[in-house]
Formats: sequence, C-alpha cells, structure tokens
Amino acid sequence: MKIKIQRESIVEYEVDIQDSTLLNILQMIKITQDATLTYSSGCKSSVCGSCSMRVNGREILACVYKVQDGDFIQPLKNVPIIRDLVVDMDKALSFNEKAKAWLHTLNPSITLSKENEKINEIQSNCILCGACYSACPVYAVNEEFIGPFSLTRVWRYVSDVREQNANEKIEVIQTSGIWDCTLCNECTLVCPQDISSKADIEKLRSKSAILGYSDPNFAASFGGGFGTSIDGSPSF
Amino acid sequence: MKSDVLIIGAGGAGLVAAISAHESGAKVRVITKEYPTRSQTSMAQGGINAALSNAGEDSIEAHIKNTLKSAHGIANEEAVNFLCQSAPKAIEWLDSIGVCFSRTKESKIAQRKLGGASAACACYAQDYTGLKILHTLYDKCLSLGIEILNEKYLLDYIVEDDRVYGAIVLDIRTGEVQRYESSSLIIATGGYSRIYDKYSTNSNSTTGDGLAAAIRGGARVSDMEFIQFHPTALKNSSVLISESARGAGGFLLNSKGERFVNELLPRDEVARAINDEILRSEDIFLDIRHLGEEFINEELPQERKLAKLYENVDPVYDLIPIKPVAHYTMGGIEVDKNSSTRIKGLYAAGECANHRVHGANRLGGNSLLELVVFGKQAGVNAALYAKNFDKSLDDATQLSIDKNFISKVRAFSNEIDFYKIREELGDMFYTKVGISRKKESLESSLIHVKDLLSKVHLMGVSDKSKIYNTNLIEFLEFKNMLEISRLVLKGAIARNESRGSHFREDYPNEDEKFKMHTIVDKDGVVS
Repeated sequence: MKIKIQRESIVEYEVDIQDSTLLNILQMIKITQDATLTYSSGCKSSVCGSCSMRVNGREILACVYKVQDGDFIQPLKNVPIIRDLVVDMDKALSFNEKAKAWLHTLNPSITLSKENEKINEIQSNCILCGACYSACPVYAVNEEFIGPFSLTRVWRYVSDVREQNANEKIEVIQTSGIWDCTLCNECTLVCPQDISSKADIEKLRSKSAILGYSDPNFAASFGGGFGTSIDGSPSF
Repeated sequence: MKSDVLIIGAGGAGLVAAISAHESGAKVRVITKEYPTRSQTSMAQGGINAALSNAGEDSIEAHIKNTLKSAHGIANEEAVNFLCQSAPKAIEWLDSIGVCFSRTKESKIAQRKLGGASAACACYAQDYTGLKILHTLYDKCLSLGIEILNEKYLLDYIVEDDRVYGAIVLDIRTGEVQRYESSSLIIATGGYSRIYDKYSTNSNSTTGDGLAAAIRGGARVSDMEFIQFHPTALKNSSVLISESARGAGGFLLNSKGERFVNELLPRDEVARAINDEILRSEDIFLDIRHLGEEFINEELPQERKLAKLYENVDPVYDLIPIKPVAHYTMGGIEVDKNSSTRIKGLYAAGECANHRVHGANRLGGNSLLELVVFGKQAGVNAALYAKNFDKSLDDATQLSIDKNFISKVRAFSNEIDFYKIREELGDMFYTKVGISRKKESLESSLIHVKDLLSKVHLMGVSDKSKIYNTNLIEFLEFKNMLEISRLVLKGAIARNESRGSHFREDYPNEDEKFKMHTIVDKDGVVS
C-alpha cells in the first residue's frame, strides 16, 4: 500500500500493512523507514486531540482513521506549520482566552439537575483537536475569527445554569465571533466528538438577540448608503 | 524572566498546583512538553473518589479503610487520612469551577462503585471524568492569566547545594536549550508506565522524565517496583476499558464463558486472576451486554466507542476481548507531608510523586483525587517557599552541561536502533517484570538493562534537524525510561515477597520484614 505525505515536498511511502490506523502507520514509517517524519501523538485512543491532521483534504484523528491505498496526508489548515504534520496551535487556542471561555461567577444557590447537566454534556466532550478550526472557511477572510471550538466552549459555560455572569462572554463574541460564522456546517462534519459548533453558534445568536444584540453585518448593510424604507425593509 | 514558582507538567496535578500557587500570590509559570489538554489526565475515565454518600451510605472512614486495604500495609495512614478527609472539599471545588459531573435524579453529584470500594464512592462525568476535569482546570488557568509554555522538554533541574533554582529545557520547536529560573519548582510530570511500551494503557508521553531528572538532581524515589496492571485493556490495542464497566455489573469470562473471579476485587487481584487464565491458554472477555444499550450509552459512551474503534466489537451485542496491561505507577519521587522533596524548594505532585497513599496497589478512583489534593498542597507550599526565599543563582553551569549533552547526543554513533530496543524492553518488562515475577528473570532483565545503559552512546538519532526533532525527543525519553527501568528492577529484586501489585512466584506470600518502602537515590538503594 502506498500513501503520500505532505512534508516540505510530497513524499510517497510504501507500507506493508492492512486495516491499520494512520497513527500506527506513521509510527511504523518513523521507526523502520524514516526517523525524520514528524507528527504529534499522545493517547492513541481519540481523547487527547494530538494527532489531528487531514487525509484527502478532510480532517481526521490519525489514531482513528483506517488508511486506504493512495491516501494523501496533510497537516491541519489555518494554523502555522512547524514541521511536516505538526502545527502550532498557540494562536488557535488563544481564542479560548479571548472569548473568556470559562465559568466567571458561580451562583452557589443553584444546583445543577440531571437535565441541566445534559444541556452541555456533548460540548464538554471537546478534545481541542482543532479539526473544526482547520475546516472553517471563515479564516480565509478573517484571521481573528473566534473559531468554532472556542464558541462551543463559550456555549458550554453560557449554558451552565450556575453561571451568574454569562453576559461578559456574550459581549466579547459579538466582534469577530458568532456573526462572522457562515453556518456552512463544515465544523460539524469533521468533529470526532460529534459536536456541532454551528448549532452552538446558532444558540449563542439566539441568546445574544434576547440580550438585545443584533448582527452588525446586517445593520451595516442597512446603514451602508442604500437607505431603508419606512417599514424597515431594504429599499434597493 | 524569573518566576516565583515553576511547574513542569500541565496535566491535572500541574494545573491544580498552578491555580493554587497563583491564588497564594505567586507568579507562576507552567511548562509542558505537549499542550495541557493533551496530558495523560485526559485519559482517566472511571471517576474520582469522595465519601459523599450521594448513592447510598458511605463514610470517610470506609474510604480510608478501603484505600489502606488495597495498599497492603505500606501506605502512610496519616497521608491516607489527609487524602480521604480532603476528598469532599476537592469535589466541591472542582464542581465550583465548572466541572460538569453527572447528576442523580435528586440533583446531587452521581457516584458509582469501582473495584475495592465498599460503597459507590466515585464521582464521574460519564466515562470522560479525566477529560472534563482537565479541560475545566485549563479554562480556569486561562481565566487567571497563568503563563503556560507549550512544547518544551525538561532536561534537568538547576540544583546547587541541595536547593533548586529552576530548570533547563529543550524548546522542541526551535531546538534551543533554555534556562528558566524560579524560586521554587513543582514536578508534575506523570508516571512511567510507558516502559511497558505497547503493553500499557498510557499515552506515548508517560515516560517519567520528571522523575528521572529528579534522581539526577539528587532527590530520592521510592517503591518503584509497584506497578499497577489494569485488568481490562482491549486485547489488540491496550486501550483502556474503564473499571466502571465492572462496577456497573460487567462480568469477566474465559473462553468457556465461565466467570472465574469476583470482578470487583482490587485491581492487583483481578489482574492476577486474568493472567492465570491466560497462562492456561484461555482468552478473556469483558461482558457488559446485560447492562443494556440505554445504560451503556448513558454511563459508558466512551467505552462503546473505543471497543468499536479499536477492537471491532460493539459491547451492546458482543463480548469485549481484553488483557491486563500496565496502567499506573505507584512508585515515584519521595516527598514529605508538605509535598516537598529532599531538595529545598523542589516539590512533586500527581503520579510522579509518591505520597505513600497508594502503597502496593492503588485503589481505582484515587488518582484523580490525589492530583487535586496534593496538587493544591504543592502549589500552596511552593508559593510560600518562594515568598521566603527569593535568591537567584548567578551561574549558567547547568545550562552549559545540558547544551553540551544535547550536542553530544546529536553526535552519538546511532549504530544501535533505539526504537527496536524500546520495543524489546517493553516486551521483556511485560513478560518478566509484569504481573508475575521471579528472581532469575528479574536478575537477567537487570543485566540486560545495565548492558543497554552502557551502550546508550552507541544509540542516538538519525534526524539532525533542530526544528521539532521528535526523533531526538523520543531518544531522550527512552534514555529516561532506561534509567527508570533499572530502578524498578532493583526494587523488584530486593523485595523477596509478594505484596499488592508486586507478585513473586518464588515468594508468593507477604512477609512482615518487607513491610517497608524501597527508597533509592542515584547511588543505589538507600533503604
């Protein structure tokens, strides 16, 4: 079986193994053929998020994906490549901080019920592998977009009924945040934990609307010189 | 710039230590060879113990008793008391920072029974307990603005006159050797189960770097021979299937479909029973089919996913093929009741440390607990130490030692392929230094390890790049694992008895005269 790996140039490797995960094959190549091949790995069981990369353009975890003959392996997109399949996640992860994705003030008088806990059970399964970040087309136009995993994390805390100060988080995601998402759903399709950041972003939009925020892009198109009619519909 | 407290490792223990040192007023810097959320803690599944009595009657006394029983006489009672007494507060704190524990119908934190427990003592978040705790700790660190530096590999601590002044690290991204000064330092680098290579449930990174560096820096380690084998790892991949599967009523079956052991005994006993069956040429299976799809999806979603992914079986309908593999290392850096090593200013917490709470066999659900309780203690004490001792060492000796060392390693002849040796070492440890041990095979293993240690300069790297050289990092990790392997063997050879996870075919009983700790420094066995 042959696979191609995007390094400084594209390199083809031949491996004699069937029904194996990509991570096993990368390890085998490194150990037996080419010790310079560089990738990240950790738990080998799809919970640490280290071995996120792309196969034939689609984001996967190498420890999950079963390799097919002719596969083309590349690093994640939208992040700086350090070497071969290893990328620098520092900036991507910094959006968690920018979005204040944490519990700000706990309301000690509210107890979390079984139903409450289910609200963000899936979102708190996020492993920060960065697959959604890589698949997101918004980075092509806005490098400062508070991306899918950070927005999911915001929803995870905003939806925690014990959070007393969700507003701080809602406020910071108004700019380069929820309204910049195109709702294309690419993030959902690539998530190894079955999280839909797109759906979380929609929930954050509803929550924002309730708190009196609106889509600034929409407002700009109203006020952008086209003018509006008396009933508020665009006049162009 | 110098920090008050430097923390090496950003798993559960490191992040808890960072938060508590920060809250004690210290300027904290955390350094990890990965990213925080990639740490081993993310792999903990089953739960975290605290006697909350949320699912039936329980007591702190019972938690203490179970922990001591599992430890087989060599845990420190005072330390175990402290651990178990602190547990309810630890859970309360985790809950308060946003960890979303599973709940009961009465809106209490849900609890389940693990092996060796007399009651449902383990709090959990489905079977993603470690993942959710780790990520919430990470978010909390961000909220406090704690400095975390990713992808820097620990080389050595800076120690002068038995006092620590910081650490030397290799920046993995640039290949530069760097010096980080601090008034105190906390080691939170995890265990060393990776010496068993493919026979371990652990992450590739669990290579005992902090522990090996502690020995080189003059600290002591203890009880290295005690290694816990988890009874139920997937047969082909060694991926962990949580004990909560047995806690909920899962059966262990042999090829004839017979149960052969009480599934809820402590891990050492269950692992041995399985090993005995395997030696009789039986295949062993975990059976949770009778728990039903709804229960499995609700309580054990990750187990179902992992069994499907890595063993091609669906536990709702199929038996799960399993084998016991190395899972947790009880041994670690010797610390006192303040989490301090014998080097002034040097603290340790989490799996890399030996707080003497696990003794010869750790109780399931106590490792997440220890990292919260002792991580906090280490953080507070390291911050206090830094406040009282704020001197710098105007000396770059250790930096040049490590720079020279890295240059030398790059020039090693690479005649012997260390990757091959690493795999062979793992095979040897699993068969000869595993669940069942005896004098001759331990001694021949030690001779082999000593021989390998003398040939390290004949190994080396073929990748000469400075940038993100994982060939080099893996070699440095391997070198640490070899040093640790020697200590495990010395401890196992000296202990002519069977106790907890250390089972000797030639000495199958506990022996009162070995009711003590094996303490080792770089010159050999101290006591």
